[in-house]
Amino acid sequence: MSWMFSEFFGGEAGVSGNRVVGQAFWGITYGPPVQVYYLTAAYSFVCVALMFAFTRTPLGRILNAVRDNPERVEFIGYNTQHVRYLSFIIAGFFAGIAGGLATINFEIVTAEVVGAGRSGAYLLFTYLGGATFFFGPIIGAILMVLAFVLLSEFTKAWLLYLGLIFLFMVMYAPGGIASLIMMNLRLASFGRLRQLWVAYLGLACTALLGLAGAAAMIEMIYHLQLNAAMGSELKFAGVMLDAGSLHSWFGSAFVMLTGVGLFEVTRRQFTHDWDESQVFIEKEIKRREAL
Amino acid sequence: MIALELKDVRKNFGKTEIIRGANLQVQAGERVAIIGPNGAGKSTLFNLISGRFAPSSGEIWLGQHRIDGKKPFEINRLGLSRSFQITNIFPKLSVFENLRCAVLWKLGYKYTFFKFLANLDDANERAEQLMAQIHLDKKRDVLAINLTYAEQRALEIGITIAGGADVILLDEPTAGMSKSETKRFIQLIREVTEGKTLLTVEHDMGVVFGLADKIAVVVYGEVIAFDTPEAVRANARVQEAYLGSHVAEHQAAA
Repeated sequence: MSWMFSEFFGGEAGVSGNRVVGQAFWGITYGPPVQVYYLTAAYSFVCVALMFAFTRTPLGRILNAVRDNPERVEFIGYNTQHVRYLSFIIAGFFAGIAGGLATINFEIVTAEVVGAGRSGAYLLFTYLGGATFFFGPIIGAILMVLAFVLLSEFTKAWLLYLGLIFLFMVMYAPGGIASLIMMNLRLASFGRLRQLWVAYLGLACTALLGLAGAAAMIEMIYHLQLNAAMGSELKFAGVMLDAGSLHSWFGSAFVMLTGVGLFEVTRRQFTHDWDESQVFIEKEIKRREAL
Repeated sequence: MIALELKDVRKNFGKTEIIRGANLQVQAGERVAIIGPNGAGKSTLFNLISGRFAPSSGEIWLGQHRIDGKKPFEINRLGLSRSFQITNIFPKLSVFENLRCAVLWKLGYKYTFFKFLANLDDANERAEQLMAQIHLDKKRDVLAINLTYAEQRALEIGITIAGGADVILLDEPTAGMSKSETKRFIQLIREVTEGKTLLTVEHDMGVVFGLADKIAVVVYGEVIAFDTPEAVRANARVQEAYLGSHVAEHQAAA
């Protein structure tokens, strides 16, 4: 579109704006970034409050029902198409506010902001955060900023790591980070979280070890592919690695395999503890019901 | 007064005719059990009545309204509600939310998003009342997916009756339940459908003869008999087609 009607959409350069235009009101010019920040923050809080309120209205609840089982909704008197149609309008309303604020902040709109890449990224992080919880997408948004700003700073292979995280999330925690938090809150509310923290620590340490080994190898591969002209040596987490020597490769592989092996051992112990806790909770619920 | 009437209803899937001219007249307040061998078209008949599929030809009347070809939600708003053979609930909502969703339309809340659910006293009260009726009040905040099978079946019935429809269709409500569960469940169905027109597909003959005022026998997409249980039991055509002549002889002897 932007290339087809470049007079209107500005082609590749996009449409640029000017946020300081017009008279200053109460001394607010929106020139300094801090003023834009507070404007955005105010809108965000109001919008989050409105969205939360929406989840507690009849339409919001029926939308949950449509998500769960659209067919059944048809048989309790609701037109699912109409529910979705209204929801898209409301989602569009909030997206419009976000877009307006983004324009003020960046003072430019290009074709990229409606591109598939960006849309896909939002979807991915909503899923990572936990799509079925209200605070899931908020966690996702924070992770998105961290990943885009920090992770891409650390390593060139950040998209690969992101993809792997997504893959493991889909396989082992399809409810997203929010669901993991909720499961542990449930444990905590029955006083069973304390029994598990050692196992969690073990899992974290062994996972980190395995990850360090794997990451070292990934970094070496990337180095060979991209920076071969700069020699075969690279620095990874404070250690000099030589992508050309077998020592580095064997060392990394050894670290990774040790980590993975230990992880599996702790994981089995953890699964055992976890199941025990769940059984305990089930019994506790039964007991409370009987009271 | 006729609550539900089928006039020469036919349904083809591709070239195969599944329902081959079904006729049925159900009076208001009657409890009708629909029986028939596997693949006779009982569930398809329910799907046609409830609007899941449109019939290929024929007419379906719900009281004064012609409903064939209407959408499921339109038929539901006219006062017909159904349950499903395979449990069909909202798995990630709690028992209470499941029931509350099911009462919202009937109470006139439609698609509103300018009211808070917590303030809808009539909807909350009705949902609580339903929860007590189906004996799930102790499971109020449990997600539907975490209920036992029998509890899920009860919730399915709860959602079905929640809108206060006058005509209730239950598709094998006791499917997959143990004997003792079935017995309790039949009692529950009796209680919650008091004064309503009930159509139910059922395989368990004990249930059929215990629950129904009338029995409709569906064989190869036709209603071959529609009468009181005694008359149906004595009907030679039913005995031959449904029970098989050997079983019929056996029953006559016993």
